Amino acid sequence: MSLGRLLTGVSWYLREITGAADYERYCERHRIRHPNVPVPNRSAYERERARHREENPQSRCC
Amino acid sequence: MPGNGIRSTKPNQKSILLWTAVALAGALAWGVVALARGEEISAIWLVVAALCSYAIAYRFYSRFIARRVLEVDDTRATPAERLEDGVDFQPTDRRVLFGHHFAAIAGAGPLVGPVLAAQMGYLPSTIWIVVGVIFAGAVQDMVVLFLSMRRDGKSVGQMAREEIGKVGGIAALVAVFAIMIILLAVLALVVVNALADSPWGTFSVAMTIPIALFMGFYLRYLRPGRVLETSAIGVALLLLALIGGGWVENSSLADAFTWSPTTLVFCLVGYGFVASVLPVWMLLAPRDYLSTFMKVGTIVLLAVGVIVAAPTLRQDAVSPFAASGEGPVFAGALFPFLFITIACGALSGFHALVASGTTPKLVQKESQVRMIGYGAMLVESFVAVMALVAASILDPGLYYAMNAPASLLGPSLESASQAVTNIGFSISPAELAAAAKAVEEQTLVSRTGGAPTLAVGMAEIFSQVFGGAGMKAFWYHFAIMFEALFILTTVDAGTRVGRFMLQDMLGNVWKPIGRVNWKPGIWITSALVVICWGYFLYAGASDPLGGINQLFPLFGIANQLLAAIALTIATTLLIKAGKLRWAWVTGIPLAWDVAVTFTASWQKIFSDDPKVGFFAQRERYAEALDAGKVLPPAKTLDDMRTVVFNSTVDGVLIVIFLLLVILIIANAAVVCVRAVRSPQPLPTAEAPYVASEVHVAPRDGAPEEAMVAAGDRG
Repeated sequence: MSLGRLLTGVSWYLREITGAADYERYCERHRIRHPNVPVPNRSAYERERARHREENPQSRCC
Repeated sequence: MPGNGIRSTKPNQKSILLWTAVALAGALAWGVVALARGEEISAIWLVVAALCSYAIAYRFYSRFIARRVLEVDDTRATPAERLEDGVDFQPTDRRVLFGHHFAAIAGAGPLVGPVLAAQMGYLPSTIWIVVGVIFAGAVQDMVVLFLSMRRDGKSVGQMAREEIGKVGGIAALVAVFAIMIILLAVLALVVVNALADSPWGTFSVAMTIPIALFMGFYLRYLRPGRVLETSAIGVALLLLALIGGGWVENSSLADAFTWSPTTLVFCLVGYGFVASVLPVWMLLAPRDYLSTFMKVGTIVLLAVGVIVAAPTLRQDAVSPFAASGEGPVFAGALFPFLFITIACGALSGFHALVASGTTPKLVQKESQVRMIGYGAMLVESFVAVMALVAASILDPGLYYAMNAPASLLGPSLESASQAVTNIGFSISPAELAAAAKAVEEQTLVSRTGGAPTLAVGMAEIFSQVFGGAGMKAFWYHFAIMFEALFILTTVDAGTRVGRFMLQDMLGNVWKPIGRVNWKPGIWITSALVVICWGYFLYAGASDPLGGINQLFPLFGIANQLLAAIALTIATTLLIKAGKLRWAWVTGIPLAWDVAVTFTASWQKIFSDDPKVGFFAQRERYAEALDAGKVLPPAKTLDDMRTVVFNSTVDGVLIVIFLLLVILIIANAAVVCVRAVRSPQPLPTAEAPYVASEVHVAPRDGAPEEAMVAAGDRG
């Protein structure tokens, strides 16, 4: 595996695991499902996500 | 490809050769670890033995469970595919989900337990960690993940209610809540013991709060969603805080950050309450990113350190306390107490909550439960092995001086040295002073809870690889901060989860309290949860007999009883699915776990030895109290009353835990008998088969796999 591919892989993984890539996926999904509704901007999306997290707490283990 | 969509490969010559080599290397390493007597062996052998065993278990046993026992089917749509909503249900790349799942299950548990268990010697501890994870812990995680996935991501409590019965369901709910409280108290106690009278540690850990707040505001208002950038800034600030701590320690500010255990208890309780009612974006979310990065980074660093430094193990392979049961760190013999002291890393009931929470809703293909459930638990087990290595490379004299309760060690370095000699090891007062000075702590005597011991071990390993002896103090406080950081995250997240459970339960009685957005309801229930664990934390921090010594067995028993509940549900569901012949896969670990936890609980309740039995301890102190006498280590009559009260509470709690679990198992046994006798299969809540429309090549390169998952949708 070349260094370039390795770096691409690592940055893909970090973006995925931290949720940094979620917004793009959300936009894509939104455009397909609701083509006539404008996509919320990033800030609004992140707020919605934080609110959702507020209502669905997750266990962290010992 | 067979009908279940899973590719089967015939073993070729190359793979037979490879696996024979792995088996031989593993056998050799186990041989060296088990047979070395009288000479010190390298820690590498322990690591090799564990890694080879994991590889073989993953390749053969987990595959057998996935294909034969669970019959995973990749043509069947997972809930992530069927119910996809872009929020809760979302097919997620297996490697990403593996990372999420691992971050959720791994915490301080696998680091603390093995350090305490090192008093039995490294051999029995290693065997339990490795064998336990292969046949019990990883099996539980994977099977619960699979069962929950087949039921659209239902929790363990819901599965107990729907598949076993109302009584079992309610008992499971109460047990989970009670166990959570003990868990939070014990973890918080570890932090208190690590930070007490340590200005460097206290300052750097306190600084994590403003750093997390800064990150929270940065992410919300300045750069929404730029998590990587924000985390990089956060980690840099964290390292600055760590260096700043070293400066604070040697400045006039040192006194301002030298806090007693009681002060720390009140700070933690206050923190726990505030953190759990603040919006998640402000504190919890950024702290979570920080602790995850620190956790993974430090674990990788430790693995590299152990391999490069190749330290030798200085503890006994099997210590005299294994048979006598009179070890100072925790009382009781090897069986059953080793197996409850090491919970996370070998078998942890708490994982069943994570495996039946978010993860099952994100699995893309059924066969991936093997990598995510079984694989992530193997990695957690490896973390436990490395913690054991870090504790076992220390001079045993220092280990006992750090981990015995203060009541045994006395007030001075001389008395501690004498006490260590009395239990058969040796360390001079000068050596104790030098060890404390090397890490720039005031003292290392009776720094119980496991975190300081692990930190000294890690500092020893890291400083051999990076920076030399001059860096020891930095690495020690780095390790302390890393542990405190994710324990605080657990405390925050755990208080929230506990609050939701409480709101759910109380909501049945009084509707408004169940509403998740009603602020007074949130405050009241949060306060109740914090008071519950805060009580045990305070009791632990002020217990004359040593809080860790008293509470850790309670925590271990609670966690393993939770595993008994999870394994009971798993076994019942296998039998209900008509797989009686495979029920041993979860049935044997269940039988073992029941034997361990019931024996331990029995001894904690009925043992005549006041060191082991809570009620014997209560009786001894109550009798003396009636006669107006003060028994050491208590110093006053108030201390005596504290001991009597604490041992009563602890004893009663174990009785309640035990009764709850007996209730669940009895209820499940009835269901199992009914299932075996019934000519037709009993109804289950398993979601019906729906054909999957997503195809994921099982072994593709990194980004491509994700493209298929994201691109095929619409």
